[in-house]
Amino acid sequence: MELHELTLQQLIKELEEKKTNAQEIMTAILNRINAVDQKVKAFLTLNQEAAIEKAREFDRQPWQGKIAGIPFALKDNYCTKGVRTTCASKMLENFIPPYDATLVKKLYAEGGILTGKLNLDEFAMGSSTELSAFFPSHNPWDLERVPGGSSGGSAAAVAADEIPFSLASDTGGSIRQPAAYCGVVGLKPTYGRVSRWGIVAYASSLDQAGVITKDVSDAALVLSIIAGYDPLESTSVQMEVPDYTAFLNTDIKGLKIGYPKEYFQQGVDGKITETLKKALLKYEEMGAHIEEVSLPHSEYALPAYYIIGPAEASSNMGKFDGVRYGLRDFSADNVADLFSLSRQAGFGPEVKRRIMLGTYALSSGYYDAYYLKALKVRRLINDDFAKVFSSFDVIVAPTTPTTAFKIGENTDDILTAYMNDILTVPINMAGLPGISIPCGLADGLPVGMQIIGKPFAETTLLKAAYAFEQATDYHQLKPSLGVR
Amino acid sequence: MAIDIKEVEHIALLARINISEKEKAEFAEQMTQILQYVEKLNELNTNEVEPLYHILPIYNVFREDNVVESPDRDELFANAPQHEDGYYKVPRIL
Repeated sequence: MELHELTLQQLIKELEEKKTNAQEIMTAILNRINAVDQKVKAFLTLNQEAAIEKAREFDRQPWQGKIAGIPFALKDNYCTKGVRTTCASKMLENFIPPYDATLVKKLYAEGGILTGKLNLDEFAMGSSTELSAFFPSHNPWDLERVPGGSSGGSAAAVAADEIPFSLASDTGGSIRQPAAYCGVVGLKPTYGRVSRWGIVAYASSLDQAGVITKDVSDAALVLSIIAGYDPLESTSVQMEVPDYTAFLNTDIKGLKIGYPKEYFQQGVDGKITETLKKALLKYEEMGAHIEEVSLPHSEYALPAYYIIGPAEASSNMGKFDGVRYGLRDFSADNVADLFSLSRQAGFGPEVKRRIMLGTYALSSGYYDAYYLKALKVRRLINDDFAKVFSSFDVIVAPTTPTTAFKIGENTDDILTAYMNDILTVPINMAGLPGISIPCGLADGLPVGMQIIGKPFAETTLLKAAYAFEQATDYHQLKPSLGVR
Repeated sequence: MAIDIKEVEHIALLARINISEKEKAEFAEQMTQILQYVEKLNELNTNEVEPLYHILPIYNVFREDNVVESPDRDELFANAPQHEDGYYKVPRIL
């Protein structure tokens, strides 16, 4: 295998055994990016010279750390000191943060090397990466299809072997859905498990940072690095961080798996449910206990999300006003126009739509009818999960209702586009940890299996995912980087 | 709930986003469509349900009021569209 094809831990091992060095790895990664990214379009910014220089430094005088000398890349809503952070928006096209996000500091502290910043739907609002203000990304399995979103660049880059792992963020499925579409592993930890400080916020009660990797064991390793309390992040939780890799084994005898019947209906493609049922049988073969369960309020999660998400977004996006940073419309001759003209020029249509919707839902006279109502429904959704988790260890379901759709296919009808998140949004509503792992192909395109865990039970979640991965070889399938 | 052009103009003013005539018509149609979908929530009786703001039992988080290192002012101004004498500069307010 070529260096760029290796997993994170395979690369670590190669380095430790001195079979290669950091420069060779970085060169292989950059060569791969230069060879394929004109097709995939995963990267918005390449940190090429600095990355090579850092690798050279490492080889001269190696430093210690769990990912010492290893390249990584970030969704471009992670603030990186000195490296442009755009959120794929005209608003931040030239924004160079004066600080690093906490998770970026953690990766640096363990010796990782930043290779570049990855494409997303503008401000993480979208499910296809077509809503990037710069260009759409492409799915490595079929370049005419979307990689999913909003973390489409993060998933596509890992799938196309352009980077061993990436960090991303997930508000309604933005890590798991693109991971499913691209046939890679995408982990969203429990709300509060990792710090979001320095990640540009979309909907703060739902946003969570996470990781996209080539296999489950790499996801466990990266989670061990990024998890933990951050005094700068008031919603991060003071809990011990285990070494998540230590819990990975294939003994899942007696593991209680519930599969919610609602996730096998709701307009889910027959080929997806078929693939998932086979996966469930595999679990049964391995000694797990499989049983159908019900999450009766599932169908209400998406409409509630389209109130809560935009409401919080409208507040978070208020800071982009053309004054302190970001785009300014210099034609304004008074300060009110400065705000509204700068925001008109800086934001794309979906961002404006969500700000408008959220502003409406929070406005006087409508707050109770929309926002408060949605928060109450959120409680019901949360209670559904709690009930199932009182007698089950994990929940298994499809990650997405279909495989990756064609670029342009869903751009006309907004509601159809929103439906992509129908199986992932409820998990954010309840703040639960979720992972998407490859569980087969349908018509040559990857199908993702979503495993959902109890709050802060990432160990169980990862073990269940790892056991399936060890028993199958779907995670080893590679895309052709062509058109199907 | 149908959103008309007038309502769109009002929301755009509250949100401080200037929008074109074309956008007004589009937003009116799209927001109506989304809000009609959201109406689905009214199928559920939630009179006895407490709202869930987020899942953690965390309320206010305080810290000691100690002086810590703060960001460099010039670094912060590097991203400012306009600044002068240590202030952000904007057009006339009054």
